[in-house]
Amino acid sequence: MCGIVGLFFKRPGQEASLGAYLAAMLGTMRDRGPDSAGFAVYGAETDNIKLTVRGAADADLIGLAELFHVQVDLHHSHAVLHVPVANCSVIRARLAALPGITIVGAGRRMALFKEVGLPAHVAERFGLPHMAGTHGIGHTRMATESAVTTEGAHPYTTGMDQCLVHNGSLSNHNSVRRRLIREGLQFETENDTEVAAAYLSWRIREGDSLEAALYASLSDLDGFFTFVVGTRTGFAVLRDPICCKPAVMAETDAWVAFGSEYRALVDLPGIEDARVWEPEPAHVYAWEQAA
Amino acid sequence: MRTPRPAPRESATFDREALAEIRRAAATGIYDIRGAGAKRKLPHFDDLLFLGASISRYPLEGYRERCETGVVLGARHAKKPIALRIPITIAGMSFGSLSAQAKEALGRGASLAGTSTTTGDGGMTQEEREHSKTLVYQYLPSRYGMNPDDLRAADAIEIVIGQGAKPGGGGMLLGQKVNRRVAAMRTLPPGIDQRSACRHPDWTGPDDLEIKILELREITDWQKPIYVKVGASRPYYDTALAAKSGADVVVLDGMQGGTAATQTVFIEHVGLPILAAIRPAVQALQDLGLHRTVQLIVSGGIRNGADVAKALALGADAVSIGTAALVALGDNEPCYEAEYAAMGTHAGAYDAWHEGRDPAGITTQDPDLASRLDPVLGGRRLANFLAVLTLETQTIARACGKSHIHNLEPEDLVALTVEAAAMARVPLAGTSWIPGQ
Amino acid sequence: MSVVTIDLAEHPTRYLNSTLHGLRADTNQSFWRVLNPRGKHALAAGVQAPVRVEIAGHAGYFCAGMNKCATVVIEGNAGNGVAENMMSGRVIVQGDASAAAGASAHGGLLVICGNAASRCGISMKGVDIVVGGNIGHMSAFMAQAGTLTVLGDAGDNLGDSIYEAEIFVRGTVASLGSDCLEKPMRTEHVSALAGRLREAGFEQADPAAFRRYGSARQLYHFHPDNAGAY
Repeated sequence: MCGIVGLFFKRPGQEASLGAYLAAMLGTMRDRGPDSAGFAVYGAETDNIKLTVRGAADADLIGLAELFHVQVDLHHSHAVLHVPVANCSVIRARLAALPGITIVGAGRRMALFKEVGLPAHVAERFGLPHMAGTHGIGHTRMATESAVTTEGAHPYTTGMDQCLVHNGSLSNHNSVRRRLIREGLQFETENDTEVAAAYLSWRIREGDSLEAALYASLSDLDGFFTFVVGTRTGFAVLRDPICCKPAVMAETDAWVAFGSEYRALVDLPGIEDARVWEPEPAHVYAWEQAA
Repeated sequence: MRTPRPAPRESATFDREALAEIRRAAATGIYDIRGAGAKRKLPHFDDLLFLGASISRYPLEGYRERCETGVVLGARHAKKPIALRIPITIAGMSFGSLSAQAKEALGRGASLAGTSTTTGDGGMTQEEREHSKTLVYQYLPSRYGMNPDDLRAADAIEIVIGQGAKPGGGGMLLGQKVNRRVAAMRTLPPGIDQRSACRHPDWTGPDDLEIKILELREITDWQKPIYVKVGASRPYYDTALAAKSGADVVVLDGMQGGTAATQTVFIEHVGLPILAAIRPAVQALQDLGLHRTVQLIVSGGIRNGADVAKALALGADAVSIGTAALVALGDNEPCYEAEYAAMGTHAGAYDAWHEGRDPAGITTQDPDLASRLDPVLGGRRLANFLAVLTLETQTIARACGKSHIHNLEPEDLVALTVEAAAMARVPLAGTSWIPGQ
Repeated sequence: MSVVTIDLAEHPTRYLNSTLHGLRADTNQSFWRVLNPRGKHALAAGVQAPVRVEIAGHAGYFCAGMNKCATVVIEGNAGNGVAENMMSGRVIVQGDASAAAGASAHGGLLVICGNAASRCGISMKGVDIVVGGNIGHMSAFMAQAGTLTVLGDAGDNLGDSIYEAEIFVRGTVASLGSDCLEKPMRTEHVSALAGRLREAGFEQADPAAFRRYGSARQLYHFHPDNAGAY
């Protein structure tokens, strides 16, 4: 069980403040999820692909810069490698072979960080308050049916520039996982959210739009869920038809925000005059950056 | 000469019970409903034995070498924790499923013994509050009769997520027991079959449970311990989540735990035997560093002092009795055999409690039947039974060299079967083998 | 009338609630303003004195939970379970209410000026709820007693498994739940409704424009033919 937060700037010019707001929102949700936390920030697009990796305690993350001849930004136990598009698959394969290194996310704009610990500490460690971007989503976790580990933390990445956070508890994820394994997807954990993320990746791989994939999940995934998905250009929200897990949204001319509780949104600029509402069940809400 | 025939053979699969049930279902078109807990044979405490004193361990003498039995529940956050003289409490059973006389008897007996009773899915009666020195108030999905005055009058609050007989099921009381008084307490029309919700109306999940616990603490000014009760299903995760949500006490009810009424399939095929649930629950508390800080009460098939001692040895802080308490009051007594026979059953098998025709006057609302139960006598019988449970527990604890029943530990036990060894995580007798460890 | 102000930027929720709980029925400190609520939970929960408490902003979950006698006004939105299990008194939400508004409430009046989300009036046991806007799905689920009056529209499965509570909707109903059906509006319903609308501050609304919904009472006794309803 968990807390979810999301913030999406509708207009340019606010990017520098994204991380600070997101970190504050994440910290407020600590009561809902003290075990682990994670977030994805969508920063400026360059010619490179960002690969976020996590290193084991003794891993030499800075050394990756020389090893692959790329720029590496170090964030505590994680690092973001800026990799030319042409070299991406080769470097990914070589990274996968390195002991103690795990690829956590990949995207033109997305950098993804997650770890065990209180949300405020996790945010601080990775430097979230100083990160800039057009949008980001975050998650605080109270583990329900699987262990408290970094791998068990959200967000889970579902593909290039895509990630998912989830509040709730799926009830048929083991069967869905077995089906997805036969479809060629791979899993690190026993976690239900990882199954939801892989399911969306699979639907998108098969040609669905994100919206169609989310609607398909209503038939194929059973249980209780609020999903927030981050994409290269925006984010999407879906609540299951029974709709027991909370979700609050707020919107102004400048931004759209999501929180599991209103408390997460109180410090956003202009919140007093924002439109505050709750997403309806079984309906996909999506926001996109203007091209 | 007659040709010998093979002996008539009944099927172990299509046994008498299975055949009778198929016929009953075909005749009525409705599922079977009954009271009591799982009746099938299950791995239970009988499959465990204590290792008594020997050359390496020394026993305590009776009498002057004390074996303490007191338990404190809910000191984690509550201003007024509950201090019990004995590690056995009376489990939640509703007025409605039980007669007023039965509730009064339970209150009297528990108070004599220095322990608590618990309200059930129908609210708190004045009789129960008056007769029970320590009263735990259940907070259920139905919220029948829930009100802040009773909340404040209670000594502890037990948030019920589920019970062992039907983890995931709601309450059930059929029309014949929804008399005027019961109906008024539950805000229902008299005489109708009560349908109950299986989830709480205003929260779902441990993250929102945490906020609900906060609200209940605020309403009662942080005075009272908050228990969270769950039917044994995923005891490790459930205990961890209850503790993380803020529970002071976790109550775990195994499938042998009784119910007033539910579908038979639910009772017999959903849930875990209590034996399988205790070690994972204790492990969860230990992993969180909360064992003995958050107390664990277990229930479901506790019958005698040996069961109590074994539950405590596996790490529980206390146990709760339901069915055993009713038997102590006179449930299924052989003296009513003629009346059981008239209902198509016999003493020891009577479980149609939902019909409300209990000859012992316990699981009924019929005034004539209920008047057969003398609450004062019933209270004394329950107190006697609780005294025996306590003495038996102490006897075993002393024999294991313990001056406090909480010093019983898993290493005092061995198992007679592989299943019990695996579930209780104690070695098979005469070996050092614990399957799965 | 003098106002006592409690600023939640300076004091914890515990201070607010313990102060309110300490008020006697005959207190002369009968007007309270709570500043900077900022979505906090359990504000003014368990009040049992006939005082007025104004929450100057948005409240979190369970605001005015188990309220007795008091008038609680939320000058913003309310989170899940506003006025849950209220026994008497009045709770007014000037904005919108989240899920399970008035859950299992036994009495009093809950007014939501804006919209209520899903499960409005779930398990209600005697409260009168009046909603100026719309209500979400599964509202009045297992509603046992009391009234739910909606000036806007109602979502899916209204009154699922309803007992004796009555529902009045002026707008459209997306769908009715098990055992809930439309019933005729008679003069006694119209006049009682008129009284409630007035009490709730909606005197402009015409009671004759509402439709009444309640229990078909087919599920009051288990019967195999109803198996599909469960």
